[in-house]
Order: sequence, then structure tokens, then C-alpha cells
Amino acid sequence: MEMDKVDQIIEKYNGEASNLLQIMLDIQSENNWLPKEALARVSEKLSVPLTRIQHIATFYKAFSLVPKGRHKVHICVGTACHVRGATRILDTVEDSTGIKPGETDLDLKFSVETVNCLGCCALGPVMEVDGKIHGKMSPNKTTQALETYE
Amino acid sequence: MSEIQFEIDGQQVTATDGMTLLDAAQAEGIYIPTLCHHEKLEPFGACRICIVEVEDRGWTKLVVSCVYPVQNGIIVRTRSEKVDRIRKTIIELLMAHAPDAPQLLEMAKEYGAVPDRYEKDPSFCIHCGLCVRYCAEVTQKHALGFVDRGINKEISFVPEVAAKECPDCKECFPLCPTSYLQAAYVYAQSLSFPTA
Ligand code: SF4
Repeated sequence: MEMDKVDQIIEKYNGEASNLLQIMLDIQSENNWLPKEALARVSEKLSVPLTRIQHIATFYKAFSLVPKGRHKVHICVGTACHVRGATRILDTVEDSTGIKPGETDLDLKFSVETVNCLGCCALGPVMEVDGKIHGKMSPNKTTQALETYE
Repeated sequence: MSEIQFEIDGQQVTATDGMTLLDAAQAEGIYIPTLCHHEKLEPFGACRICIVEVEDRGWTKLVVSCVYPVQNGIIVRTRSEKVDRIRKTIIELLMAHAPDAPQLLEMAKEYGAVPDRYEKDPSFCIHCGLCVRYCAEVTQKHALGFVDRGINKEISFVPEVAAKECPDCKECFPLCPTSYLQAAYVYAQSLSFPTA
């Protein structure tokens, strides 16, 4: 991530320490993850110790300290999806992406996570990619759906 | 500053507004056990060992004395059947994490706590925050902080800062009730800022 971009975000919030969380969220959504250099820059500009930023970055699930893929794949393994065969969907995703939940592939294409309920149990088993719901999935449909992403 | 009058263990005490129960008790020489308290640091309320019973207009409640402000007319009991029982459980829970901490062993004797009542989960750090807060508030070097949350919470050094500041400081070392801090330091040092 370019430092100019980080500076711009900090600038946008007038470099105020009280906007720390918002600044971190902006960097996260701009870059998909929080590189150490970016956090060091924020720490320096806002005069907030790195320990504090580190605590916040590890506290909230919304932040990632490791690179994330361009596409976020969420597989629902909640009760309804589970009984409707979520494990098979997850297996298929693991096979076709080569990664397990919590991991990101080398090309930074996909990051896979399991979630516990996406709130549309009638559509189970559900896979969500970048916020788009793919319902009533079968292993076949899963592979096909993943192939449409670049 | 207005004066506050109340009672601790049957003894009338006078304190100033803004003091905590623990401050007031200590000023009177009344002992309340603590783990995460340190006179140079802001009250934190992490370990809950200093829990006491407060009676206010006929209502009794349990409060954590290191973060509870003094109040006119209350009756404080630093030991009672209930306080002792709860303190015993807190000690037992902490001992699941740090079975060999000297302060805990001593308290366990006093309160009849059974060290292995709960399944062992030796993470050693009991999250008292003494090291983290001392580094932030007293030395103001911010070389270590907490990371993660809940059961995964742990202390973590910032290697760049620690490499520069820690070797000549280490003022937090004697504060740790469990010696986990020293171990974590050696571990972090050997991994990320080895000195020849
Ligand atoms: S390492 Fe020791 S001093 Fe630091 S928080 Fe844990 S128990 Fe407390």
C-alpha cells in the first residue's frame, strides 16, 4: 500500500487521534488488510502508540493483519446449512481454491472463512462471495460459481 | 474537596471525594487483597480479588473496591462469608491459568482455595495488565501491549520499540505476579530482536 494513500486517509480525518478507528477501517477497505508500515505511519501521525493500534487491530474481526484475497468467500456452517450439506460445499471450496477457512491463496484471489449464519436459512446451503449470496448450493454449482471470479 | 464519611469493617472512616474504597481502606491501614493494583497506576479492575460487600440504604451488593468511589453512609465489609466464598472462587479460577504464582498460592492458603478445582489451562498470564500499564503510564515507552481478545488475549511486544527500550529498563519485570512476562520477553527477544 502506498504511503500517499495512507496520508490521504489520515488527512481526511484531520489527523485526529479520536478518529483512529475510522482511519483504520478506511485503510482496511482500501487495501483489504492493514500492513505494518501503514499502521506505523498512523501511529506516528496521530501520536498514538503502536501497542494501542495493535490491540485494536487484533480486537475487531473487521481488521486483518495479513493480506486478504480480492474475493471474500464465506461458507455458512450454521445449523440449517450444516444439515443441508454445508460440509460438502466447504470441501468443494477447499478443493477448488486449495485453501482452508482462515487462509488466503498465493495469488491473493480468494480468502475463505466459515460463518455461523447468514440469515437466509431457507436458501441453505449458502455460500457468500463479496456480499453476494449463492443459495441452494451443490458441489457442482459451487465450482461453477467460483470459476466466474477473476 | 468534600469529606465523605462511611464505615469499613465496623470502623468509621473519613475520605475525600473521588477516592476509591481501596484507597480509603489503605489510608486507614485496613487490608484488602489485590493483584492488579499498583499505586503508580490508574485503577484497572482486572483481577477482581479486591471485591468487597457494600451496604447502601439496606441494600447489599458486591463491588470491586479498586474502582468503586467512596460514598457517604455506606457500610463496607472487606470480609464476610459471601466475600470470602467469591474471592476463593476467583483465586481458583486464576490458578487454573497460573498454578504456581506465589501470590496466588499464599491467597489460596488464606481463603482455603483448592488450586486444581478447575481444569488446568496454563496460559500463565492472568491479564492483570501491570506490565502493559506500567510501560504505558509510568515509563511511557509503550513497548508492549495486549493483543486479541477474550480467551485469546495475550501480551505482545512491539519488536522495534522493545529492542531499543527494554534491555536497559525492565522495570515491569518484578511486577508480574506469574513470571509470564519475563518468559514472554525472552521468547520475543530471541525471535524478533536477538542481541548478540
Ligand atoms: S504478563 Fe504478568 S504482569 Fe503482564 S498482564 Fe500477564 S500476568 Fe500481568
